[in-house]
Amino acid sequence: MALLECRQLTKYYSTSLALDRVDLTIEPGRIVGLLGPNGSGKTTLIKIANGLLVPSSGTLTIAGLTPGPETKRLVSYLPERTYLSTWMNVVQLLDFFCDFYPDFDRDAAERMLTALEISPRLRIKQMSKGTREKVQLILVMSRKAKLYLLDEPIGGVDPATRDYIIRTIISNYNEEASVVISTHLIADVENVLDDVIFINRGRVVLQSSVDQIREEKNCSVDELFREVFRYAE
Amino acid sequence: MDWQFRSDQPIYTQLVQQLTRAILSGELSAGSRLPAVRELAAQAGVNPNTMQRAMAELEQGGLIYSQRTAGRFVTEDEAVIGESRRRLARREAASFLDAMAALGYDRTQILQLLQEEKEAE
Repeated sequence: MALLECRQLTKYYSTSLALDRVDLTIEPGRIVGLLGPNGSGKTTLIKIANGLLVPSSGTLTIAGLTPGPETKRLVSYLPERTYLSTWMNVVQLLDFFCDFYPDFDRDAAERMLTALEISPRLRIKQMSKGTREKVQLILVMSRKAKLYLLDEPIGGVDPATRDYIIRTIISNYNEEASVVISTHLIADVENVLDDVIFINRGRVVLQSSVDQIREEKNCSVDELFREVFRYAE
Repeated sequence: MDWQFRSDQPIYTQLVQQLTRAILSGELSAGSRLPAVRELAAQAGVNPNTMQRAMAELEQGGLIYSQRTAGRFVTEDEAVIGESRRRLARREAASFLDAMAALGYDRTQILQLLQEEKEAE
């Protein structure tokens, strides 16, 4: 069964159309790039998948289920902005994730944090932006989830941190799980993607495997993206 | 290993090429054990499925073999390595000849140039 499926998914905000009859399917075992310019609907889609927004019409299902408490057990979500309380330190964060998620692998998280030499007593508010992003990613990737939804995991961090984040994603998702990475920084993620979904103004304009793009068009996803979105302007 | 990827070719074909070169140059020595797919993928910064595909292709060509529980190893079969080396050398020679032809050199001039280079060494 598909891990994530959208059928004619549509979302209106008061005056604007954020998602326009989106159809898409994500199978298990894939790393998928959800790629589009700012304001194209990426975050709206991910928020619906996490039950933070409800569709105006159409459906989105996770392993056949409507987003809700059941699906939150299956989905590990990295939001674009942090939802963690900034007074919490690393140990408190680990306790917090252990309490919430039975699939949280505390040992794995501690190993990664130790490797980065992040002190257990360090509070979120004392961390640099890069460290904060790394810590949040470690927490999210240490769950043995079925689906990882990562909203802009590499936005606004330096290239070394970006590399670290990408490697952490590759090394930690399990094989039957899928990872959705939403970003507009395509060159940085394209080598790790199986498939890409191009989204623009709420519409899916392309869904393809990365190998297929390179074989058929003889160009990188980044180049294709620039081409597609130049014409879309 | 130092991984470099071009944008106009599928990643897995580039992985096959780079791993082949590493084996032929001895950077990955004959008989040595390869890291797990996931680990290699993380080193190269590529998708594990893509690395898996490259491994399958190298296995088919005989440059590496897998033992069910122990992992993957570089072949120790000199014949397979020699054959692969010849094939790569041919391809390098062909692309060199193409590049020289594009500069307007004919075969005689190319041979002469090679001779001069050799003497200059």
